[in-house]
Amino acid sequence: MEADVTLTVDGERRTLRTDTRTTLLDALREHLGVIAPKKGCDHGQCGSCTVLLDGRRATSCLTFAVANDGADVRTADGLADDGELHPVQQAFIDNDAFQCGYCTPGQVCSAVGVLEEAEAGWPSAVTADPADTPRLDEAEIRERMSGNLCRCGAYAGIVAAVRGAAEGDAR
Amino acid sequence: MIPFEYVRARDAAGAVAAVAEHPRAAFLAGGTNLVDNMKLGIEAPERIVDVTGLSLDTVDVLPGGGLRIGAGVRNADLAAHPEVRRTYPLLSKALLSGASGQLRNLATTGGNLLQRTRCPYYRHAEMPCNKREPGTGCSALGGVSRDRAVLGASENCVATHPSDMATAMCALDAEAVVQGTDGERRVPVEGLHRLPGDEPHRDTVLEPADLITAVELPPAPEGALSDYYKARERASFAFALASVAVEAVFDGGTVASTRIAFGGVAHKPWRARRAEEALIGHAPTEEAVRAAAAAELAEARPLEGDEFKTRIAAGALTTVFGRLAGRAGEGREDR
Ligand SMILES: Cc1cc2nc3c(=O)[nH]c(=O)nc-3n(C[C@H](O)[C@H](O)[C@H](O)COP(=O)(O)OP(=O)(O)OC[C@H]3O[C@@H](n4cnc5c(N)ncnc54)[C@H](O)[C@@H]3O)c2cc1C
Ligand code: SF4
Ligand code: FES
Ligand code: FES
Repeated sequence: MEADVTLTVDGERRTLRTDTRTTLLDALREHLGVIAPKKGCDHGQCGSCTVLLDGRRATSCLTFAVANDGADVRTADGLADDGELHPVQQAFIDNDAFQCGYCTPGQVCSAVGVLEEAEAGWPSAVTADPADTPRLDEAEIRERMSGNLCRCGAYAGIVAAVRGAAEGDAR
Repeated sequence: MIPFEYVRARDAAGAVAAVAEHPRAAFLAGGTNLVDNMKLGIEAPERIVDVTGLSLDTVDVLPGGGLRIGAGVRNADLAAHPEVRRTYPLLSKALLSGASGQLRNLATTGGNLLQRTRCPYYRHAEMPCNKREPGTGCSALGGVSRDRAVLGASENCVATHPSDMATAMCALDAEAVVQGTDGERRVPVEGLHRLPGDEPHRDTVLEPADLITAVELPPAPEGALSDYYKARERASFAFALASVAVEAVFDGGTVASTRIAFGGVAHKPWRARRAEEALIGHAPTEEAVRAAAAAELAEARPLEGDEFKTRIAAGALTTVFGRLAGRAGEGREDR
């Protein structure tokens, strides 16, 4: 069964007619040619499909495109501002936060979400008392980024990059 | 995945009717479990009724105290809600220990309660499974799994209920507000999920067209301390091997009242009333807590290789009481 779906993808209004079974990830990659979000596991387990959905990080593989009609989707491709890299993207480069790069667009979107969640004072599973407002130290970053796997094991660089971007924010 | 019709519900009554009138219909919320299972070929609804547009997404403090949580509230928002962090920290901790940041932004309160088991044989469409296809047998019984129940299982199914949030809600005496074809009713979370018995295909006492609209938490007792402890195979982003949710009020050196639920050990969140009784009125020494855990877990029947789960559950309870009693002690010194 088919449905018409309108999305704003990286600032551009896009429409498509698609099967109701199409996930948001497949709509982006297979129908709209937006290939920044990657398909790793297709089951919510790896984070490589992470996008910012109406401003919040979300796995695009476990939500149907038709359920997101009218949504704003920002992928790693749409983070740069007029040719200037987003501070998180720059921090990934500065800290060697990848090897093959496959997980990177998901990591970057997730990191942008992590910074905003921390800014809003959200606790995490390693925050000693959930009523506290946590500081983004290494343990907090590792916990908050745990939904993004990296088969190349670039974690040390990823943690450094998120930390660098967070400290940049604080300045 | 078989084709399906997508329906966006406008109100709760419409959502219930849209599922009730179709023999193979399902509600869709965040999709993080249903879409996963549809891809695995283990759930195959022909009509999907999206309930994310029903304006069930607020958390309200109730007039007499307590909290009403809309079924559509996302797990991330509930964990970060100031009232939850302040008054029900075990719920915040349980939510934050589940899934990942990008999943919790999608997952909802209603969907989390009704998520299906993570039994690897249930999730493998080719394997015999009484839950998925009644009468075909239980592959987990003679199989390899870290995910089998030690309490309340039957010879038909040894699956566990995977939700961390539901375990905390069970300890909190939460009630689900359910709208069905005959109107609204309330179901305590403790009685929402079933033991498998000889009907393992039924996870809960709900009918297919029953829509959860909210979960209500009673007011927290004065001076209550609470915590959630989850043991798992890696430090983050993994389901529980066993977990425990505890709320307790300490009076001097003794436990004045407590509510305890274990997760990951049964087909439902396991309210540990025997352990509660064993502790109330006593000092929470390590010995006393071990004895309370033993009283509760006396009826545990771990399958071969699963004995570790019972030990983890007991250890988790001891750890949490140690922490809470420590905090209660600090509170007394402050005064
Ligand atoms: C990789 C991964 C790791 C995870 N780790 C954890 C973990 O560690 N701990 C944990 O607790 N959970 C974990 N989860 C599960 C996650 O918490 C659930 O998938 C999520 O909470 C389900 O919510 P949803 O809104 O996405 O539900 P959906 O997938 O939309 O729905 C789930 C079920 O509930 C029904 N439903 C939804 N809303 C309602 C309603 N209002 N009334 C009646 N029926 C309804 C649907 O019909 C469906 O049967 C994990 C999931 C994934 C994919
Ligand atoms: S334990 Fe239950 S869910 Fe798992 S294979 Fe056996 S019957 Fe199926
Ligand atoms: S592809 Fe979506 S989480 Fe792996
Ligand atoms: S850089 Fe290769 S998977 Fe992360």
